[in-house]
Amino acid sequence: MFRPPRGKSAPGVSVRATAVAATATVALALSGCAGAGAVAGGEGEQIVVAIVSNPQMQDAISLQDEFRAAHPGVDVRFVSLPENEARAKITASVATGGGEFDVVMISNYETPMWAENGWIENLQPYIDDTEGYDAEDFVPSVREALSSDGDMYSVPFYGESSFLAYRADLFEEAGLEMPANPTWDEVRELAAELNEPAEDFSGICLRGLAGWGEVMAPMSTAINTFGGGWFDEDWNATLDSPESREAIETYIDTVRTSGQPGAATSGFGDCLTRFAQGQSAMWYDATSMVSSIEDPASSTVAGKVGYAPAPVAETGTAGWLYSWSLAIPSTSEHKDAAWDFVSWMTNKEYIRTVGEEIGWERVPPGSRLSTYEIPEYAEVSQAYADATLESMNGATQESAMTHPVPYPGIQFVGIPEFQDLGTRVGQQMSAAIAGQVTVDEAIAQSQRYAETVAETYRAQEGQ
Amino acid sequence: MSDTTRAYRRRTTGGVLTTLTWLLALAFFFPVAWMAATAFKQENQAASDPPTWFFTPTLDQFRAVIEGGSGVYVANSAIATGVSTVLVLLLGIPAAYALSIRPVEKVSDVLFFFISTKMLPVVAVIVPIYVVAGQLKVLDNIWTLVVLYTAMNLPIAVWMMRSFFLEVPGEVLEAASVDGAGLMRTLRSVLIPMVAPGIAATALICVIFSWNEFFFALNLTASRAATVPVLIVSTMTSEGLFLARLCAAALLASLPVILAGWIAQKQLVRGLSMGAIK
Repeated sequence: MFRPPRGKSAPGVSVRATAVAATATVALALSGCAGAGAVAGGEGEQIVVAIVSNPQMQDAISLQDEFRAAHPGVDVRFVSLPENEARAKITASVATGGGEFDVVMISNYETPMWAENGWIENLQPYIDDTEGYDAEDFVPSVREALSSDGDMYSVPFYGESSFLAYRADLFEEAGLEMPANPTWDEVRELAAELNEPAEDFSGICLRGLAGWGEVMAPMSTAINTFGGGWFDEDWNATLDSPESREAIETYIDTVRTSGQPGAATSGFGDCLTRFAQGQSAMWYDATSMVSSIEDPASSTVAGKVGYAPAPVAETGTAGWLYSWSLAIPSTSEHKDAAWDFVSWMTNKEYIRTVGEEIGWERVPPGSRLSTYEIPEYAEVSQAYADATLESMNGATQESAMTHPVPYPGIQFVGIPEFQDLGTRVGQQMSAAIAGQVTVDEAIAQSQRYAETVAETYRAQEGQ
Repeated sequence: MSDTTRAYRRRTTGGVLTTLTWLLALAFFFPVAWMAATAFKQENQAASDPPTWFFTPTLDQFRAVIEGGSGVYVANSAIATGVSTVLVLLLGIPAAYALSIRPVEKVSDVLFFFISTKMLPVVAVIVPIYVVAGQLKVLDNIWTLVVLYTAMNLPIAVWMMRSFFLEVPGEVLEAASVDGAGLMRTLRSVLIPMVAPGIAATALICVIFSWNEFFFALNLTASRAATVPVLIVSTMTSEGLFLARLCAAALLASLPVILAGWIAQKQLVRGLSMGAIK
C-alpha cells in the first residue's frame, strides 16, 4: 500500500531535467557519491536490514551490539517502519530487484509466493551448514508455512495464532464456565449473557475494521471452521455457500448483538484498549495480545484473564497462523553476512539474550519449541504459554479446515490478489457490521469479487 | 431603520465574525497544540481515554528520539533541503528572467510546460522512478533526493520568481542600461536587490516543501539517505504504544521550518504580498 503523496506532484522528465542532471553530476562528482550516513561504516561488509517496527523488533535493534561483538566484520544497519509502509517498501524492493536490502522481514503470506518467484534465497543450505541452529526446533506449523518443497525460504522471528481471551474473574462471579474447546454458538450465548451495554461493558470484542489483516483474519477462521471457505479445490468462490454464510452471519450477529460499540471501525488496537481497560468480557484475537494485556503498566486486567482455544464449529481447531520471519533477497551481495545476522536473530541463544538483558516477558514467542522449556520463560508465561503453543500447533489447514484448498494460508489466501480482494470483502463485512448493508447484500457482493479472482485461476488451471 | 440600529447591527456582526475567526483559528491550532503537549507525556498518558489534560511534563520522549540515532536523518534532510534549494534558485532565477524581462518566444507555452510537469500525480510515476533509480544504482542515495526535490520545486520557483520580475518597472532597467550597465551588472546591482524579498519567499517555500517531503523519501531511501519525515513514521508501530514518541519526533521535525519561517517573516510578508517592490 503506497501512501498518497502530500500535496506535491510529479517531476516530469523534461528539458530542464537535463540541466538538473548536469548540475547534479557535478555535485555527485564533488561529493564522491557519499550519502550522508555512508561514512560511518568503516571496513567490513555493510548489510541493511528492513524490519517492521513492532516492540520485539525494536528490542532486536537495541541488542545489535551483541551481534557486532560476535561478528566484528559485519556492519549492520536497520530500516524500521510500521507494518503497512514496511510491507509496501519491501515488496517494491524485492519485486523489482531494487537491492537496497540484504535482510527483509516478511510473513508466511509472502514467503511461499516469493520463493516460487525466485525473489528470496533458499535458506536450507545455510541452515544445514550452521552448527547448533536446530531448525527442527521451530514450531512445526510455522516451519511448514515458511517452506517450499521442504526447504525453508525464511526463518521465523516470532509466530502467533489466535485464541479467545476471557475474564476468568467475571466468569466465576457470574457462575459461568468457559468450555475447554468453545464453539461459536457457545461463545455467542456467553457474550449475550455478559453483555451490559448500559454500563459500556460488552460481552465480546471482535474486529470489524475493513482490511484483509483486520476483520477478515478472525472472520476467515470462522468461515473455515464452519466448513466454508474463500475458494474450493477447483477454484470456485464459495463465500456464498451455506457453510460460509452461516459463519458470516454468526460472526456479524455476535458482534452486533453483544460486541463493542463502534465495532465496524475497531481493529486489533481498539479491541486491545477496550479489553485492557476492563470493558469487555471476551476477546477473540491474536495470541500476541498477551504481551500487552498481561503487562500491568498498560492493562488493568493483568492476571485476571483466562485463555481458551479459538472458537470452532465443524473442525477440531480454528486458530490462524502468522509469523514475522527473516528472508534474504536474491539480489543481496552480502548473503553470508546477511545469514550471520538472520541466524543471530533467530537462534536459541537470542531468546536467552532477550530474556536476560531485557526481560523474559519480552521474549519473541511462537517461533521455537525450546523457548517454552526455559524455566524463567515458563514462569512469566504460565497463564498463556500452553494455550499459545497449543493454538500454534493446531494452526494447520488439515486441522482448521474441513476440506482441502488450492492455496496456502488459513486466515488469508496465499495469492498476490488477496491483499486487494481481502480488503474489498472486508469493506463489505465492515459495512454489514455497521448496518449500512444487509448481510445478504455483503455476501453477494463479496462472492462477485471473489469469483472474478477465481476465474483467472480457473483459466490458468485449464491450460 | 435608524442609524443607531444599523451601527448596532454592524457592531454585532463584527463581534460575531471576530468570535468566529477566533474559534476557527483555535480549531486549526488545537491539533498542533495537542501534538506539542503530547510530546511531553508518557506513553500511557498519551493513549488514555478520556484524554489526559494535566500531567507532569517529561523529556523522555525527546531523549528517546534524539538518542535513537536521529543525527543521520537530520543531516540527510539538511543536505537534501539546502542543496536542492540552492540549485532551484540558481536554475530558476535565470529561467524566470528569460520568461519575464527578456521574454523568449512562446512564453505562455513554456510557462504552461513548466507547470504541466506538476499535473501528473507523483504516485503514478513512483514505480518508474524507483525502477530507474534501481537500475542506475542510486537508490538510498541522498543525491537522488536532491535531484528530485530540485525538479519538484523548480516549476513553482520559476512561476513565483517570474511574478516578482514582472513587477520590476521597465524604466529602472532602461536607466541601468543607459548608464552602461551590462546584463551581469544589471542583475547584480539592480534586479536581484529589488526582488530580494521575492527570492527569500521562493527559497522558504522550497525549503518547506523539501523538508516536509515524505513520499519520495519513504520509497527511495533505506538506511543511508533516509530523511526526517521517514524518522517520524519509523517511531510508529502496529503493536504497542507510540503516540508520545511520534509527537516528540514530529515536534522536533517541525521546529526548523517554524524557525525559518519566523526568521524570514518580514521578508515573507513583503515577498508574498502584492506590489512588493513598488
